[in-house]
Amino acid sequence: MTNETLLYEEHVPGGGMWSGVLRRHTTLRLTDLEGGANVGLLAYRAAQPLDRLNLPDTLKAQYTAKLTRGHVLMSDMGHALLSLTADTVGWHDPLAGHANAAHVRAKYGERNYQQARNDWHRNAHDNFLIELGKHGLGPRDLVANVNLFSRVDVDAEGRMAFHPGNSAPGAAVDLRAETDVLVVLNTCPHPLDPSPEYTPKPVKLTFLRTPPPDADDFCRSFRQENQRAFTLTERLHV
Amino acid sequence: MSTLVYTESPLDPTTAIYDHTLPSGDGWMHEVRQGQTLRIVDLEGNQAADTLFYNAHDFSDRYSAQDTIREQRGIYLTTGTRLISSSGNTLATIVADTCGRHDTLGGACAAESNQVRYALEKRWMHNCRDTFMLQIQRWGRGATKCDIAHNINFFMNVPVTPEGGLSFEDGVSAGGRYVEVRAEMNIVCLISNCPQLNNPCNAYNPTPVRLLIWDK
Repeated sequence: MTNETLLYEEHVPGGGMWSGVLRRHTTLRLTDLEGGANVGLLAYRAAQPLDRLNLPDTLKAQYTAKLTRGHVLMSDMGHALLSLTADTVGWHDPLAGHANAAHVRAKYGERNYQQARNDWHRNAHDNFLIELGKHGLGPRDLVANVNLFSRVDVDAEGRMAFHPGNSAPGAAVDLRAETDVLVVLNTCPHPLDPSPEYTPKPVKLTFLRTPPPDADDFCRSFRQENQRAFTLTERLHV
Repeated sequence: MSTLVYTESPLDPTTAIYDHTLPSGDGWMHEVRQGQTLRIVDLEGNQAADTLFYNAHDFSDRYSAQDTIREQRGIYLTTGTRLISSSGNTLATIVADTCGRHDTLGGACAAESNQVRYALEKRWMHNCRDTFMLQIQRWGRGATKCDIAHNINFFMNVPVTPEGGLSFEDGVSAGGRYVEVRAEMNIVCLISNCPQLNNPCNAYNPTPVRLLIWDK
């Protein structure tokens, strides 16, 4: 891309968390630095957080059970929140949700702060609640999340299986905000990651100023449903 | 089509303590106490019953589609499925099912999602989210829009393909088929009997469901 301007970068260690408002038509590029990262992600319209990511609406509007370039994360109010404008991964998981403290303890054993300081076992549920709380949101606002960089396959019987090796070192996905969007994310392990070791991976966040989507924008024109979601979103800004 | 397993219930409708027929386009919000069994009957076939469950004592502890499918490693709901809450509790268990498969990925229809999916003019059609909203408002006790999370679509068939596609298939249900859940704690059940006319989830003909409750 040529028309992008670097705003700033953040480095999120494995097991870390971040939240903030991504201004309209800025892009958050997430880079899997070591391979095998997982980013649990939630999105809310910053001006009215009751208007929030809705994965059922997102998936059924685009007839998909995975997310990749062209797809748009839609809200329950018919708005386009974040567009996947670039993606070298090819498959991001919208199905498997996230683990809580009990899940992490059962899988990896106890490793608390007193023992391990900042190498303790953190979990996505608590990290989501911490970041949501900073914006006045709470457990009732914690909806179904995306897992960037991870893939879960579903077979003909409906069985779910974690797909290892989905994301290589340096793999990246770009999320462009279509309105001001509160992004809440953490880098805890995927809940179905079979690794017996707690080894969450770091992710680089790159914030870019990018051009507004034109009429031929790939995500806007990906489906007629996306065009209508863009239209409803642009009505927020007239 | 994958394997469907049918499990009949021994419960006799004449011994139910509650028996109500819910027309399409209407809503129902009702407490089901621990040990009680709720049966939802698809009276005429191919009807979607959009359903949410809450811990009766704490609405922030509510049905979670992602936790439910992940913990059973499968996307379809049927007999034996534990309906898991956002806090990891088992709210209810599916104990009988003569339909064989139920969806929890497709969510509920809404005025706004109908606009996105079909046409901007579809805003004016009745939809499940409006039914949920009205029931929540009437229920009061602090319940708001943020309590309308991702629901179950009883009797609806939404397969995922190995390539990661999502399709809305003709229903696997038929007139008289039912599903039963046993409450594992005191729960509140919220149902929108789906009024959708834009896709085949109700075979373009929304019909009533029957709701029965038995004491343990």
